[in-house]
Amino acid sequence: MANTQAMCTSFLGEVFTATHNFGVAPTRGSSAADTFKAALYLASATLNASTTVYSATGEVSGTGYTAGGVTVTNATVPASSNTSTTAGTAYWTPSASITYTTVTLTTAFDTVFIYNSTQSNKAVSVHTFGSQTITAGTFTLTMPANTTAAALLRIATT
Amino acid sequence: MDESLLEKREGVVDNENEYTTWVEYWLEGELVHRSAHVALKKMPPIVAEAASLT
Repeated sequence: MANTQAMCTSFLGEVFTATHNFGVAPTRGSSAADTFKAALYLASATLNASTTVYSATGEVSGTGYTAGGVTVTNATVPASSNTSTTAGTAYWTPSASITYTTVTLTTAFDTVFIYNSTQSNKAVSVHTFGSQTITAGTFTLTMPANTTAAALLRIATT
Repeated sequence: MDESLLEKREGVVDNENEYTTWVEYWLEGELVHRSAHVALKKMPPIVAEAASLT
């Protein structure tokens, strides 16, 4: 049993149907950005590209941690940039670190799962890292630079 | 608590996927605090392609 870092395939399809809204889109019923959340998963869980929706199965539990995780700060709308006449990259990164403050998580975890809590908890992405435990402390995930080359989520043509 | 009794341990993990630092405080052989800071590095982009109609 292991987690695999991947962009969820269901999310790929949902990008084309505007199921997810990281920014403001006038074609939707609401122009407000959706709420995205970040949940932590045990190293023994099995999240991967086939994950379609948030589930508490395999999620961490412990003092100070609320099932479902924390809300992702989303103050930066998605952007896109052409790299040539035939290629470009659309990208988005949370506008702040994801922080779990004063928690105790004694079973090793190695994955953060990003999902859309506004749209029925549909999956966005799975990000893995080295196994961690936290004891009466803080776990912080710092986001990569919000650029075409490094953003957390990127859709690129080549 | 007499903070001089605390033993501090620190570590770093740096690879293509993450840059992580962690700190632990031990008191008489017991772990009483552990925090970690993971800086995610880039993951491969989704590659989109438009099919040729010819």
